[in-house]
Amino acid sequence: MILVWLILIPFIGGLLSWQSERFSLRMPRWIALLTMLGVLVTSICLWATGDYSITGTGFAAVAGKAPTWTIEFQAQWIPSIGASIHLGLDGLSLMLVVLTNLIGVLAITCSWKEIERNVGFFHLNLLWNLGGVVGIFLALDMFLFFFFWEMMLVPMFFLIALWGHNIPGGKGRVYAAIKFFIFTQASGFLMLLSILAMVFLHQQATGKLSFDYHDLLNTPMSAQAEWWLMLGFFGAFAVKMPIVPFHTWLPDAHGQAPTAGSVDLAGILLKTAAYGLLRFGIPFFPHASAAFAPVAMWLGVLGVIYGAVVAFSQTDIKRFVAYTSISHMGFIVIGIYAGTEQALQGVVVQMIAHGLSAGALFILCGEIYERLHTRDITKMGGLWSRFPNLPPILLFFSAASLGLPGLGNFVGEFLILVGSFEAAPLVTIVAASGLILAAVYSLYLVQRALHGAPQPLPEGAHLNKQGKLKDLSKRELVMMMSLMALLLGLGLYPQLVIDTAHAPVQAVHAIYKAATATSAVAVTGAAP
Amino acid sequence: MTPVQVWALLPLLIATAAIVATMLAIAIYRHHRFCASVTVVGMNLALLAVAYDIFFGGNTTVVVTGLMTIDAAARFGMGLILVTSLGVLTLCHAYFEGYKKNREEVYLLIGLGTLGALTLACATHAATLLVGIELLTLPMIGGVAYAMDERRSIEGGIKYLILSAAASAALFFGVALIYAQVGALDIEALSQALAVASLDQPLVLAGSAMMLAGLGFKLSLVPFHQWTPDVYEAAPTPITAFLATVSKLGVFVVVLRLFHYGASPVSPLILTSLVGLSMASMLVGSLLALRQNNLKRLLAYSSIAHFGYLTIVLVVPGDDALRAAGVYLATYLVTSLGVFGVMALVSSPMGERDAEHIDDYRGLFWRRPYLTSILTAMMLSLAGIPLTAGFIGKFAVIAAGVGDAQWLLVGGLIVSSAISIYYYLRVVAALFSAVAQGSERVTESLGWAQSFGGFMLLVAMIVMLFLGVYPQPLYLLSSQLALH
Repeated sequence: MILVWLILIPFIGGLLSWQSERFSLRMPRWIALLTMLGVLVTSICLWATGDYSITGTGFAAVAGKAPTWTIEFQAQWIPSIGASIHLGLDGLSLMLVVLTNLIGVLAITCSWKEIERNVGFFHLNLLWNLGGVVGIFLALDMFLFFFFWEMMLVPMFFLIALWGHNIPGGKGRVYAAIKFFIFTQASGFLMLLSILAMVFLHQQATGKLSFDYHDLLNTPMSAQAEWWLMLGFFGAFAVKMPIVPFHTWLPDAHGQAPTAGSVDLAGILLKTAAYGLLRFGIPFFPHASAAFAPVAMWLGVLGVIYGAVVAFSQTDIKRFVAYTSISHMGFIVIGIYAGTEQALQGVVVQMIAHGLSAGALFILCGEIYERLHTRDITKMGGLWSRFPNLPPILLFFSAASLGLPGLGNFVGEFLILVGSFEAAPLVTIVAASGLILAAVYSLYLVQRALHGAPQPLPEGAHLNKQGKLKDLSKRELVMMMSLMALLLGLGLYPQLVIDTAHAPVQAVHAIYKAATATSAVAVTGAAP
Repeated sequence: MTPVQVWALLPLLIATAAIVATMLAIAIYRHHRFCASVTVVGMNLALLAVAYDIFFGGNTTVVVTGLMTIDAAARFGMGLILVTSLGVLTLCHAYFEGYKKNREEVYLLIGLGTLGALTLACATHAATLLVGIELLTLPMIGGVAYAMDERRSIEGGIKYLILSAAASAALFFGVALIYAQVGALDIEALSQALAVASLDQPLVLAGSAMMLAGLGFKLSLVPFHQWTPDVYEAAPTPITAFLATVSKLGVFVVVLRLFHYGASPVSPLILTSLVGLSMASMLVGSLLALRQNNLKRLLAYSSIAHFGYLTIVLVVPGDDALRAAGVYLATYLVTSLGVFGVMALVSSPMGERDAEHIDDYRGLFWRRPYLTSILTAMMLSLAGIPLTAGFIGKFAVIAAGVGDAQWLLVGGLIVSSAISIYYYLRVVAALFSAVAQGSERVTESLGWAQSFGGFMLLVAMIVMLFLGVYPQPLYLLSSQLALH
């Protein structure tokens, strides 16, 4: 039942904070903040008390093991079509749920001053989006999974379309919001087709109509069917991740979204795709995935390099961070399809590290914009002399983004590259150049924005008596400090995360090993 | 006629009595709310009779002469028709409250149209089909042209008159051709003819083609769709709502009987043409909706696309497809009723022109927050987003298509619904666009009629969300369509 509450509380909190707008403008913020803090604390308690050495991921592929989840919940929902409310928590989903709730708290905190219109409705959308994402991470019924997958697009659409920025020269926030929606929704329907086809194949084989994860894992299918169905899932996840060339919605969405929307998008929405691949894409279609791995890995490499190169040429700081996200997510794709244990551990660490660092960078973008009224990097310059605290923090997170040892991103990328080398040396060597490009673009940003002679102030910005811009407030400092501490902690002691996610990582790795072993013998198709 | 047959016919009889009562009421005491109440009470009684039969009456199949059969499917259809018609009547009351001329006759027209749809739901003979279709269409010609002194309204009425007369003629000429070959007029014989239609039976083939054209017109499938946007635009909004819901629903029940309930499956030739109609409707409907700035025209094209989706269930054999049809129809009806309902309330009291241009809705959120919330939810439901009923409907149709490996049709549906998101979201974005600064809430006051319409819409939204989250009861109820 606790899992249901993890999903429901944000939904209820959202409704409350929407209606509380009637009483005061501060109340929605506080209600939303308390809601998310509440679920954050709950999920951390779950982490502290649960036994995460077990997982149900792909249980059928590992013979003689019953599906076990640290916490599981199942209730009837639509028996006519075989859908039930089936939720399960293991180490992987727990990490991502904690990350979601943490990012949620940050998103609310960082929009404390930014959002002034329709505060209540804003928080309704934000919380419903977060609730939907938590639902994605917990759902073990494919109908329910798809339900959350599509449902959480609507609040995100509103966040971008109603509170976004209309940057000059851009195509406008409504355009960006609709583009985001169409890309993800249409690709989601591809996944729905795959799910349905799998359900019918399973029904033909066993006579049982079911959307349940455990049932569908045993679906017998021909090699050709497996290949097509895998592509359906991959299509949905590739758009969401995003993998180049399906990425074009991301820079637009980030460019126009409000800070909280960007934090949410980069911090957790992109991770749902990686999670989907680990939990569903690969366990459902091990052979096809193994066969597809080289293509997917090269697409990952393309993403790493393309994202980095294009990021380098951006002048809008938010689009810059968006392209670096594409580059970082490329590493995750490589790691997932490399399938070695180290690479998969790296993927988990990288997901969290990127969630924190990209989230922090977007918050910083928002703070810079609030003070300078521009997001154009060419108009920044010399910020170091204008703020006491903001520049070093920006330097810290840029360093994190370039993979400085000691910070979380380094651990993630290092593990992915080490793990992938044995699976695909050439891919790894080319992808490793992404680290150099990351250093180039990150340092370039620091150089352009922070150093050099101060540029003339853009319109609307003004200096205070000391000739400086308004520095970070206590609220913003606390946010940044906690993110820095977490990233440092992840970099110095990643074992905690690796241990928690050990069981699912092991399971995915075992699936891969079994699949490559059998497909080497014969590609007849029927699951072992 | 035995008591059992009379009992089974009770919904139709009550509806007929209600129409007569309305007519008398208008003659005796011309009063808007009074006449409306007479019709509404009558329709409610008819609905009660249907509900009793479904839930307590054992849901038996009763054959009434050769003309009508009241079975589970007919009851399901009648239930949906009556519920939707009641919704439309409520809207009429709010909408025509401010109309200067005679406003009571509209209830008569809607009552008659509803009776026609009810007849169609039970029709098992070409004669009943004829009566039902004409009873459904003719009052609506009056409905479309209700504002008689307006050029646009008259033009729409005449257009609907001529085109629908041509379509009916085609339909019945088709029936006659088939009759010439098989010598029978009951639906079973017609459906059998559809099953054997082939190139070496030119009469049956030509007849089937003409029937498809006639029915395609009534359901506004491409390429028989041209009347839809013009008539939707010309008609007063509640009448548009009726055209979009009840009149298509009635015809669709007959279509299900023709294509689904036969002993043998429909012939491959007919299936191919159905696939063509479905693909064309989905794609053309969505593409043409893209450039519309008039909300009514946009919804007309979107309804063309929606009936394209629904045509998929005609291609797929089996009971699952019938159940999908039931689920889809119910979700589509509640959603359309909601959309047109909001439009009717925004436009009412009836003025020079209905609020139908997308600009009329720009920033509506700041003026009418509740209506806007409802319209937003309904638009998302039309787009088929989870949490709303529209998703369940679309899901049911996709599931039916995938179950029969109709990849072409399912692919068309996905492309079409991806396109459709653009125009639905465009409307949603317009609703919320900022026109003036204002975090304060301004709600325009509502009269009694308006708030009653508003209440109906609120119920529609709650039903819509409930079906979206917990569709199990709807699935059970829709299995009725498969009991025949």
